[in-house]
Amino acid sequence: MQLDQARKGQTIKIISIPNKLTRVQALRLGISEGTVITCREVVPAGPVVVARNRQEIAIGRRLAKTIEVEPF
Amino acid sequence: MGQSNNNDDVPAGGKKIVLAGNPNVGKSVIFNALTGLYMDVSNYPGTTLNMACGRYGQDVVIDTPGVFSVSSFSEEETIARDIILASDIVVNVVNAVHLEQDLFLTLQIIEMGIPLIVALNMIDEAEREGIDVNISRLERDLGVTVVPMVAERGIGLADLKKKLKSARTGHVDPALEEKINDLHPPVDRREALLILEGDDAISARNGLKRRPNREAMYKARRERVNQIVERVIRETGRGTSFSARLGRWMLRPATGFPILALTLFLVYELVGVLLAGVIVDGAEGFMGDYYEPAIRSLLAFFMHPDSVISRLLAGDYGVLTLTVTYLIGLLLPLVLGIFLILAVLEDTGYLPRIATLVDRTLAGMGLNGQAIIPLILGFGCVTMALISTRMLASDRERRIAVFLLALCVPCSAQLAIIMAIMAGQGAAYMVLYATFIFCLLVLTGTLLNSFLPGSVSPLLIELPPLRLPKMKNVVVKAGRRALDFFKEAFPIFAAGTLFLGILDVTGLLGAIRKLLEPLTMNWLHLPPEVADILLMGLIRKEFGAAAILNLHMSPLQNFVILLTLSLTVPCIASALIMFKERGWREGALIWLSVFVLAFLFGGGATRLLEVTTGLGYLQLLLLAGLVIVFTAGLLAILRLTVTKRTNKNLYH
Repeated sequence: MQLDQARKGQTIKIISIPNKLTRVQALRLGISEGTVITCREVVPAGPVVVARNRQEIAIGRRLAKTIEVEPF
Repeated sequence: MGQSNNNDDVPAGGKKIVLAGNPNVGKSVIFNALTGLYMDVSNYPGTTLNMACGRYGQDVVIDTPGVFSVSSFSEEETIARDIILASDIVVNVVNAVHLEQDLFLTLQIIEMGIPLIVALNMIDEAEREGIDVNISRLERDLGVTVVPMVAERGIGLADLKKKLKSARTGHVDPALEEKINDLHPPVDRREALLILEGDDAISARNGLKRRPNREAMYKARRERVNQIVERVIRETGRGTSFSARLGRWMLRPATGFPILALTLFLVYELVGVLLAGVIVDGAEGFMGDYYEPAIRSLLAFFMHPDSVISRLLAGDYGVLTLTVTYLIGLLLPLVLGIFLILAVLEDTGYLPRIATLVDRTLAGMGLNGQAIIPLILGFGCVTMALISTRMLASDRERRIAVFLLALCVPCSAQLAIIMAIMAGQGAAYMVLYATFIFCLLVLTGTLLNSFLPGSVSPLLIELPPLRLPKMKNVVVKAGRRALDFFKEAFPIFAAGTLFLGILDVTGLLGAIRKLLEPLTMNWLHLPPEVADILLMGLIRKEFGAAAILNLHMSPLQNFVILLTLSLTVPCIASALIMFKERGWREGALIWLSVFVLAFLFGGGATRLLEVTTGLGYLQLLLLAGLVIVFTAGLLAILRLTVTKRTNKNLYH
């Protein structure tokens, strides 16, 4: 499934981030393919907020659609 | 080679101490503490755009923009990269609350082989969040000294100063070390790591081809960070504190938009009603009743009140009277007020949350949520906001943001005066004004988005923990910005007044008023003296806006001229920045179209308001409603006609 389909509170694992630039940026923020994150908030039709430990990152909806995840 | 761009004078025996760290970890606070100089400190990325230099004993301390890694993705990163490459010692400031993010940079600097000391900041916040960091274990894993700190409160500073000289190179993975040694031809040890990582700029500098292994190296480093974090952090129970819950509410539209509206309302109440009403009346009354007559009678000792010099100094456009009254009596309290509010917003960490909340809304205007930061900053100072458009991801977004800033965003000084005048006429005018500006903003953005090629770049933004603003921080920052504002504004104001005074004395002002009559009288239905305001507005908008108070026009006329003036390009400074950021051709195009649009809308608003005569409260609000409905209709038509050009390509 894609990240934009994640539900609030769900724990998910990142399978792939196809865009290269995003992948590198996400890596620096602490998220990479294989990282387990929790979905903290889904703004209706807006960004998905994910968290790894205490760090929160907002990911735009269209970007979230391209990120492949699976429930963990 | 990395040390080549070394032009700061470091005294003999002195060292270059470089502060490096992620955005928002407290570098600037530590910089201030070490050097005694003051830098803006805030809770959102991008505060330190220019590097700051200071002295600490014999050594030179350099602050860098916050970055997540040493690389060349953006201008900030390039600046930070070069300063770090040329350092003798790096003080790596790390936020104890999110070690897993910050240690990435730490490990990279260690791998570059630069002597390092880690300042583990915000341990108090970590404690509150239930995070316990095992410091000796962290020191062993990294191979460098770690100093726990609460920089804001000065805790750990003495310890940091004492241990500065113990900075040393940390543990590098032996396999990586081997790879670096194998590099051919051999290059500077520090640059070697960046070359291995495939850094374009550094590879090119050494005449080497770019290597493809960035991702593998980032990934390996990320894994090492995660292992270290697992070993050194013990969670003592996670509390869902009130701030965490408030942070959530700010993101949800159902609660987020009301919170945003409430925030903006409070700002209006504070600046428009409280500050403007109480302070400005008092201050302006004092200036008009005591200061100006005093100056005039003082001058009368030396020269005849009707002499040219006396009129230039203390006449209607007197340098000693008008300039000082506007600046001290009117702008000082207002500008300080707005800067205080902006500083509070920046310090709390609310801004990135607003960005997330409005991401969806801004997408229609071709911007991602991050663009809300320049737009909000624009309400402080459009010039500053124009500079901050650099942080937007694509050129298309920068173009849209610059245009919107030039057209629709009034700066603090101007906004304060607008609020002051409107609040005097009744809140309905303020509502109508806000509606006009907002609808225009949305319409213009949507139009630009529809007709400029390309699409919105995706949002990816870190949400720092919410925290209470530190009063000292806020006051110092606002005070400093206000001071900068007056330093910049005073000469321009004085020159502008002098210019107007000369026009007045020579009778040219009358000629210009006559020349502009078709525009002022026939098109905007305003008295010919409004030409002065437009002239002054070209120099600085709040300068023009402040002059409105002297004209004693009807509420409707005040409204029209304020609207028109808001829509024209801010001040000379912001126009120059616009030309600089967008190039002469595009800058001129934006400047001209903004002017034409401003007068078109001004004239339109005049007619609209005159048709709905009487102008009771209810009618004004009704009119605001109509404008919204009309805009919504236009938007719907736009969407229907221009839609399906949506982009398969997410990026550019």
